Amino acid sequence: MAVKDYLRERFLPHLWCPGCGHGEVLGGLVRAIEQLGLSKNEIVMVSGIGCSSRISGYVDFHTLHTIHGRALAFATGVKIARPELKLIVPMGDGDALAIGGNHFIHAARRNLDMTALVMNNRIYGMTGGQFSPLSGEDVSATTAPYKTIDRGFDVVELAKAAGATFVARSTTFHVQQMTDIIAKAIRHKGFSVVEVLSQCPTYFGRKNKIGDAADMITWFKDHTTPIGSKAKQEDPGLIERGIFVEKQEPEYCEEYEKVVARAKGRRS
Amino acid sequence: MGKTPKFVQGNEACVEAALYAGLNFFAGYPITPSTEIAEHLSVRLPQLGGKFIQMEDEIASLCAIIGASLTGCKVMTATSGPGFSLMQEALGYAIMAEIPCVIVNVQRGGPSTGIPTHVAQGDVNQARWGTHGDHAIIVLTASNHQDVFAMTVEAFNLAETYRTPVILLFDEVVGHMREKLVLPEPGDLPLVERLHTSVKEGVDYHPYLPREDGRLPMSDFGGVHRYNVTGLVHDMWGFPSTDPKVVHGLLRHLVDKIENRAGILAHYREHQLEDAEVVMISYGSSARSALHVVEDRRRRGERLGLLELQTLWPFPHELVRRKCAQAKAVVVVEMNMGQIMQAVKLSVPQPERVFLANRIDGNFITPADIMNILRIIQGKGV
Repeated sequence: MAVKDYLRERFLPHLWCPGCGHGEVLGGLVRAIEQLGLSKNEIVMVSGIGCSSRISGYVDFHTLHTIHGRALAFATGVKIARPELKLIVPMGDGDALAIGGNHFIHAARRNLDMTALVMNNRIYGMTGGQFSPLSGEDVSATTAPYKTIDRGFDVVELAKAAGATFVARSTTFHVQQMTDIIAKAIRHKGFSVVEVLSQCPTYFGRKNKIGDAADMITWFKDHTTPIGSKAKQEDPGLIERGIFVEKQEPEYCEEYEKVVARAKGRRS
Repeated sequence: MGKTPKFVQGNEACVEAALYAGLNFFAGYPITPSTEIAEHLSVRLPQLGGKFIQMEDEIASLCAIIGASLTGCKVMTATSGPGFSLMQEALGYAIMAEIPCVIVNVQRGGPSTGIPTHVAQGDVNQARWGTHGDHAIIVLTASNHQDVFAMTVEAFNLAETYRTPVILLFDEVVGHMREKLVLPEPGDLPLVERLHTSVKEGVDYHPYLPREDGRLPMSDFGGVHRYNVTGLVHDMWGFPSTDPKVVHGLLRHLVDKIENRAGILAHYREHQLEDAEVVMISYGSSARSALHVVEDRRRRGERLGLLELQTLWPFPHELVRRKCAQAKAVVVVEMNMGQIMQAVKLSVPQPERVFLANRIDGNFITPADIMNILRIIQGKGV
């Protein structure tokens, strides 16, 4: 199937700003799905609220555009009800880790077989440029006119600590790596987290005088490095990308089948 | 008939009824006084191959059942005041996206943490207006376990018929009290199954295009029709729209499908209303005490009657107006500060004849409490 066959052309063009990284994430995602040869009927995409979450409208899967921060909770219901379906849950950084932080850690703890995609542009774009829990310190935003003092989360460390069994990071500069990682995450049996550093030139870039989209993507190129690289040893400030965790642990839906077996055994 | 009577809590009657109605997915979070519903379902659902999950909070619980409903499951969650407050946003989502689901609120005293182990009926207006924006909602209640069973089955039937969340607004006394329940046999109570679309694969399916009768045939997630579900105002494909015609049409549809059917949605019981000079209106456990007063005073020749409401919302204004037409006084018996009394006052031509008999101290309102208030209303003193 051609990549465009995964898109709902009726609803294009999308609403993202010129230069926004989310379109690249959408491109990487549908290419990953195309590589895996998945049927459109077996995929359910669940998203929350924000710029990133509009991604679900543009793909020709079963799509559930929910409420702010709760995408993983909705997805949990879909997955447990129909374990054979493939669940993909794209979220923004504020969506996933501010308002949705609790659901994020609990979905990871359960090790439900689904893929959480954190489209991290370090800003609330839909509401016009407020700082998020991933903005980090010393960032300008419309709610941080004197710069942020809030420390940021590290999505990878948080996901690892919460029990995710696949944890990876990539960027919108490294689209081939991103596509490859998303494909592996979808194929992974268990809760997979993929953080994609994405650019918001309209708000984050402009507020922080980083330049245009090309400058921001170049920043990803210059400030990230493969996991465990020599460059990282020389410059600890570099952000690592690649697959941090990939391990097999009991998956929730399969474990639930054991509960059913025990319940039926006790009954008879 | 060979029917087995059981001696159970109201919460257990609700569980039995939900399973009778076909419940196969429950998500919840522990909270007094509803916890027994989750506990019993954690035993029963796995035995039947159904799904039970304890979520991280009440928000997630309602979100999870909405997700499961979209795959074709019959779903329910159960909570009490604080948890019900947390559910309000997702409740609005289920209304907007038209997802069948049942939400049980076993009421306790509020506001806030309130008085968790004691009875109150203070969530009546929250059930109606707790979520933001114009909307309609179906709220059912019951005063005894046989009716808890019947209303729970009805809640599932209405949720499927109208593609809407239905709230079961019980209270601590009904939830925890033990009394007899005779389990209906399969087939005794009608069950409504989900209306599925007959549109074939490859043909454009419009998930949000109502049929002439207002119903929306569904297609399960995982099936052959892929469509968008959103809490945004949406068109017939489920895609976001700000077109004023679409916005107006959707809001009217969401409200009219319920409010225009207030008459047929009105479930109630009546006791000795034919010649009643004083009509009491009550619901939930309060109605038990009110009924006791009616039976007691009738033996002394006083013309008292009781209208017991089982559908609280949409409020049965026409029913109340009709039943109170001959009354010299209408006394609303409830354990709050007059939430249903306000609706009753809107129903009758002479609202000054509507009185409140209530108790808000965490104690169950007794027949003696109601008698004292009746005497004061009648100018007899206590």
